[in-house]
Amino acid sequence: MSKKVCFITRNFGKYDPDSLKSYESIGGFTALRKALKMDGNEIADVLAANGVQGRGGAAYDMGKKWRQAREVKGEHKCVVCNADEGEPGTFKDRELLTNDPFQLLEGMIIAGWSVGADNGYIYMREEYSHLRPRLLSAIAQCEEAGYLGDNILNSGLNYRIHLYSGAGAYVCGEGSALSESIEGKAGRPRMKPPFIKQCGVFHLPTCVNNVESLSLVPPLLLDDEGYYKSQGTEDCPGTKMISVSGNVKNPGVFEVPFGITIREIVYDLAGGMENPEYPLRLVQLGGASGRICAPSQLDTPYTYKGMRQADLTAIGSGAVLVVDERTSVIGFLRMTQEFFSHESCGQCTPCREGNRHIAMLLDKIAAGEHTQKDVDTLKKFADIMSCASLCGLGETAQSALLSAMKRFPEVFAVKEEVAVR
Amino acid sequence: MSNTVHLTINHLPLEVPAGTRIIEAAKMLNIDIPHLCYHPDQTIKAHCRMCMVEVTGQRKLLAACSTVVWEGMEVFTDTKKVYDAQVGVLDLILADHKQNCLSCARNGNCELQKLCRRFNRLLPELPDISSNEPLRIDNPSIVRDPSKCVKCGRCVKVCAEVQGCAALTASNRSGDFKITTAFDLPMDQTDCVLCGQCSLVCPVGAIVEVDNTNDVVRAIQDPRKHVVVQVAPSVRVGLGDEFGMEAGAIVTGKMVTALKMLGFDKVFDTNFSADLTIMEEGSELLDRIKNGGKLPMITSCSPGWVTYMEKQHPELCDNLSTAKSPQGMFGAVVKTYYAQKMGWDPHDIVSVSVMPCTAKKYEASRPELGRDGYRDVDYVLTTRELAKLIRYEGLDLSVLPESEFDSPLGIGSGAGAIFGATGGVMEAALRTAYEVYTGQTLPRLEFEAVRNDVNAIKEATIDLNGTPLKVAIANGLKNAEEIIRRVESGEADYIFIEIMACPGGCIGGGGQPIGTNNAVRDARIKALYELDKSLPLRKSHDNPEIKTIYEEFFGAPLSHRSHELLHTHYHARPKKHDFSHLK
Repeated sequence: MSKKVCFITRNFGKYDPDSLKSYESIGGFTALRKALKMDGNEIADVLAANGVQGRGGAAYDMGKKWRQAREVKGEHKCVVCNADEGEPGTFKDRELLTNDPFQLLEGMIIAGWSVGADNGYIYMREEYSHLRPRLLSAIAQCEEAGYLGDNILNSGLNYRIHLYSGAGAYVCGEGSALSESIEGKAGRPRMKPPFIKQCGVFHLPTCVNNVESLSLVPPLLLDDEGYYKSQGTEDCPGTKMISVSGNVKNPGVFEVPFGITIREIVYDLAGGMENPEYPLRLVQLGGASGRICAPSQLDTPYTYKGMRQADLTAIGSGAVLVVDERTSVIGFLRMTQEFFSHESCGQCTPCREGNRHIAMLLDKIAAGEHTQKDVDTLKKFADIMSCASLCGLGETAQSALLSAMKRFPEVFAVKEEVAVR
Repeated sequence: MSNTVHLTINHLPLEVPAGTRIIEAAKMLNIDIPHLCYHPDQTIKAHCRMCMVEVTGQRKLLAACSTVVWEGMEVFTDTKKVYDAQVGVLDLILADHKQNCLSCARNGNCELQKLCRRFNRLLPELPDISSNEPLRIDNPSIVRDPSKCVKCGRCVKVCAEVQGCAALTASNRSGDFKITTAFDLPMDQTDCVLCGQCSLVCPVGAIVEVDNTNDVVRAIQDPRKHVVVQVAPSVRVGLGDEFGMEAGAIVTGKMVTALKMLGFDKVFDTNFSADLTIMEEGSELLDRIKNGGKLPMITSCSPGWVTYMEKQHPELCDNLSTAKSPQGMFGAVVKTYYAQKMGWDPHDIVSVSVMPCTAKKYEASRPELGRDGYRDVDYVLTTRELAKLIRYEGLDLSVLPESEFDSPLGIGSGAGAIFGATGGVMEAALRTAYEVYTGQTLPRLEFEAVRNDVNAIKEATIDLNGTPLKVAIANGLKNAEEIIRRVESGEADYIFIEIMACPGGCIGGGGQPIGTNNAVRDARIKALYELDKSLPLRKSHDNPEIKTIYEEFFGAPLSHRSHELLHTHYHARPKKHDFSHLK
């Protein structure tokens, strides 16, 4: 199996991303023309047949999501492209936005057609504001050419795309906080139900997809030979964009077939450890909200099932953060904790208060002054955050800690002089 | 689709209407799922996460307040996982709550305290990380204590969704998340109208009224002072709640006994001045109709509403009745007419009022309500503060004998009594206006058409013996705003509008006992109408003491002296109150 593939990234470098004409010259919008001849459910069926799972982190069955979005009744519906890409260590959407903005727009229009929406919103993280001119120009060119607006390509589809920049909060990657943010409110998650699919942006039925998920749609619709399905493994076909960072020689974005091992990602694609003197200590997968992988787990296949079986975050955002022995486990956990202590929205008790207490307990452990009771308290409140928080942020904020407690128990061992005190 | 859903809670089967939430379903089995942010009158917030329960097949715990039941659902409220989560959340809240319970206004009726007792939190697990933010005392009515706030968001909801003021909001995030005003400004520089509904829904002592009980005790203990007290109509149907009596219990006589035992020199009835208000306001209405005055005329008894108008709709200043509120009229009468009658120097009188309202504390501080360097009403106590004084005296209200108000200024008609309920001022005014306007006796005293529900608007056309009179009634400022919209858009051509700021009217005021909710409000409204029915005197203009005061002092309604003492004026307040006169 080839370790690097080109499916979603097939257009990278092949056309001028600032020019619609250039995109058309390499076959751009062929997929849209094809889609407009299809029924919305047929499009969803293509996604389902390819076993596509959402690329944002929750890994929701994308064909199912589109079919549900299509079934929701509403005079107006929205498609949201989640370009918040806030998970630390994740930057693959940036590559897609930079190198192939038209493919994303094409995917969004197809989504609009499939689910019956009349407006699409790109919610782009504040840090990508340098990409705004490119996207705005791409949207304008599409409007000019009749790919956006009323009666698109005589299909009867009326659809517009709006670009919205966030203000930099991590939690705004969460669908309902993102909706609040687009509405001009503080980005705080809503309680669910009602779910976003029924009541999202401006309280309209909303179908939220990640940049990568939407960008995957045009090549999939044109993939008559079944290339996508031929990649990956039998239970997890296809390819995936991953962002590799940390103490490796060649960090970067790679499109890989599912089924590649974590070891292959680290040592082959990313060129191995940055400094051979410092071996690998851990890999965090899926961003700051992801679990920690110990060196003994490096041969885990990178598939949803494989990762889940190894008690690792099932792909998540596609982030692969490699950490060598210069960073201690507890130091790494404190850094992750600092991130969540900063990014919690503060609405619900477990996340607002839990993060503060866990941060203090981690400090105590780092100083070696903790007792067994402290470790128990740490575990207890990490569990409470996971099972009682209002949104996914609080639910997953302690993934790293809880997995580290399993994989690196020695880090939490109570020092003898403290124990006898 | 079936309209009912079958589920089990702790293995007990039950059938509930579709759409019921777990917390409500549990209540049907008399299981009270612990909660802090949930409030029966409010939309769901799901913030505090105290009410987490386990549901078979669900990976996470579910919030009982926000989760709607489904067919076949199996709920567990008492498993180890649930217990750990609930106690854990409680410990997290406690650690961020300043625990000076002994000196807290809510000591004894704090919902957090109750939860601690329920969960037996003898040794909370987490260190105290509560903030040291100081008390916010920036107005005469409401004190906020950010260090006690549990961030449940009830106050934010009531302010925005019931009152439409949105003076309180959430700001910052994570550990810095707090409930405060926009830009952290003092309350007086916000859209706050000091109605105190926030203090009524706060589960803890983070929002309470400015306490004046000590001032009053000191005045009573001062032998040189004549300390007189007036009691608003709504207090007598609310006070009993504080002493474990049934919601809506009428405790007039017991309350008078308690006030006398407390040492007030004279115990008077605001119902008397409510009747006086009707005489002036009713006459003003007829005068405006007859002489082409500004219409619609809008009532002005509710200081929360008056402030709202002054801040949000100053264009309506001339529409408001110039008649002072009953509290204001009483204060003026006590320090003029009554002082003369008794031969007292008005400077030696300490005039206290007991009100169901926090905004009345502000109203009494208005410079228009006083003269010659004294205030007409020196101290305003809420119903809650009166209960504190009664407890201080060591009395159990529920078993006290009954006694009568002092006279004069102690007789009130049924019309005065119903001032506390939404639609009551309208009905009281109509009883008098009808008879004065037509010169005939009312065939039937009750104007059911103007009796309003809690949190509602009512419109009616009253037949004044051939002349139609279009009226509207609203309670809750969001409803008031709707009435104003109808008037200003030209959609409605009301002649007379009654507005009370608080849901249900004064009986649901922000100074009423903690625990006041819409069901309790309904009971109090019913009680006031029952009280009216039971009184021998039911029309303001039939009140003998009212007749006397006009004969001896005012001459007639709208006389020169009335205008001087019983009427006032309003002015635009560009969203910024000036309380500098208090310093």
